Amino acid sequence: MSLKLPIYLDNNATTPVDPRVLDAMLPYFTEKFGNASSRNHPFGWVAEEAVDYAREKIAKLIGADPKEIIFTSGATEADNLALKGVFEMYASKGNHIITCTTEHKAVLDTCKHIEKLGGQVTYLPVQADGLVDLVELEKAITDKTILIALMYGNNEIGVIQPVQEISKIARKHGVLFFSDATQAVGKIPVDVNKDGIDLMAFSAHKMYGPKGVGALYVRRKSPRVKVTAQMDGGGHERGMRSGTMNVPAIVGFGKAAEICQFEMEDEANRLSAMRDRLENSLLELEEAYVNGNIQHRLPHVSNISFKYVEGEGLMMGFNKDIAVSSGSACTSASLEPSYVLKALGLGDDLAHSSLRFGLGRFTTDEQIDFTIKAIKSTVLKLREMSPLWEMYKEGIDLNSIEWAHH
Amino acid sequence: MAYSEKVIDHYHNPKNVGTLDKSKTNVGTGLVGAPECGDVMRLQIEVDETSGIIRDAKFKTFGCGSAIASSSLATEWLKGKTVNEAMEIDNMDIVEELNLPPVKIHCSVLAEDAIKAAINDYRLKNGMEVLELDEKKH
Repeated sequence: MSLKLPIYLDNNATTPVDPRVLDAMLPYFTEKFGNASSRNHPFGWVAEEAVDYAREKIAKLIGADPKEIIFTSGATEADNLALKGVFEMYASKGNHIITCTTEHKAVLDTCKHIEKLGGQVTYLPVQADGLVDLVELEKAITDKTILIALMYGNNEIGVIQPVQEISKIARKHGVLFFSDATQAVGKIPVDVNKDGIDLMAFSAHKMYGPKGVGALYVRRKSPRVKVTAQMDGGGHERGMRSGTMNVPAIVGFGKAAEICQFEMEDEANRLSAMRDRLENSLLELEEAYVNGNIQHRLPHVSNISFKYVEGEGLMMGFNKDIAVSSGSACTSASLEPSYVLKALGLGDDLAHSSLRFGLGRFTTDEQIDFTIKAIKSTVLKLREMSPLWEMYKEGIDLNSIEWAHH
Repeated sequence: MAYSEKVIDHYHNPKNVGTLDKSKTNVGTGLVGAPECGDVMRLQIEVDETSGIIRDAKFKTFGCGSAIASSSLATEWLKGKTVNEAMEIDNMDIVEELNLPPVKIHCSVLAEDAIKAAINDYRLKNGMEVLELDEKKH
């Protein structure tokens, strides 16, 4: 079989919809188009039944009760609902939230918003491998703390936080634990009870479902957690999130969850073997470094810095054929390189030199072979063009040079 | 963001990549930018001492495709110009030639700075007054 280009290795950004998911969704756009809240005719019943079925499959994937699943427009909305909703609901208990510096912007920016509303937020630093320091976490808890918000798996480096240890600390101090598990659900076993999670955000489009639908898990028992709605209206989703159910997307989300439930284990094994092969081959290059802890990491993610070449320049060498992502500032609207890599203590130069690989369900060995070759040859070519590489090879300490900062 | 064809062409077929002997008195070297900012350009000129014409120009760049293209183009333009003519190269000429989008204008500014830094290094080595450079915003 000939290799089809371009190759998609940016599955942390989004995943394609699995054809089985699409098949499940299609009838709900046309003949089964009813509003799930229409309680008094068959169109509504059919839609409601489909939503209930999907809710069950999604709950099962994370070890929850279906009643604990609140559908949202995606993980960003779920993050907002969890943080703002807890802040409002538990205002009488306190106003302090603990999170960390490598969280997704949907969490960090929501926390900044909460600070403007009078909340207090502690942004814990992470260690050089991307993990939070549990001693520091416990020390940060005060009698005003209402919530610990720490992600499950990081979107840039794939590092998995010690959620079970975090939840033990949260329980011990009577603080709620919210986790953004967008990158983890469907990729690795996540169980809200074993993990001791009270609220959890995740999204369909990172697990081969459609964009525009996500969920917030809200624990109903021990403790019973409530969030103040951030979207007012018809009182859908037990009053926590109003708005007509996006039935086709929810059906797709459910199907995606069902497939992950059955195939996750084999898929994780297959992807981690491919990821390791990719990573080990690229690390044969001089001055290439993996970012983040490699023991506690999502199976399909690798983040590597290729010193002395710039990430966007590097991607340009192959981005017609291979889609990856970079921590380089040039790839974003801001001129700052990745705040996640900087939080690990990487210098800006290494952050600028990073590539993120996100393998997925449809990644093949042939694609990995092609990628290894293309990236290696581009790194070598750009190093020949790099004044920093020449200085490094001449033994010049780059820190000894007085750079003109601008 | 899509790159212009000219940027892509310079990126894949860069002109005048390399290193000139910086110890020679007729070679001027400009090193501008900083690794932390994601762009470092080194641009060198070799000047014919009797005519004052730039005989050769070389570059090495750490940066994005637009930075590489800007420095590659700069070396092409430098060759055959006198040192005085080279001072006239403006970053906006580079922007226009390469169709750089607004977020990449700093790459052209860096190239202009590199040209001027190389010329000043050459002037300094040859007992000429160093030219005042008006700082452009990157």
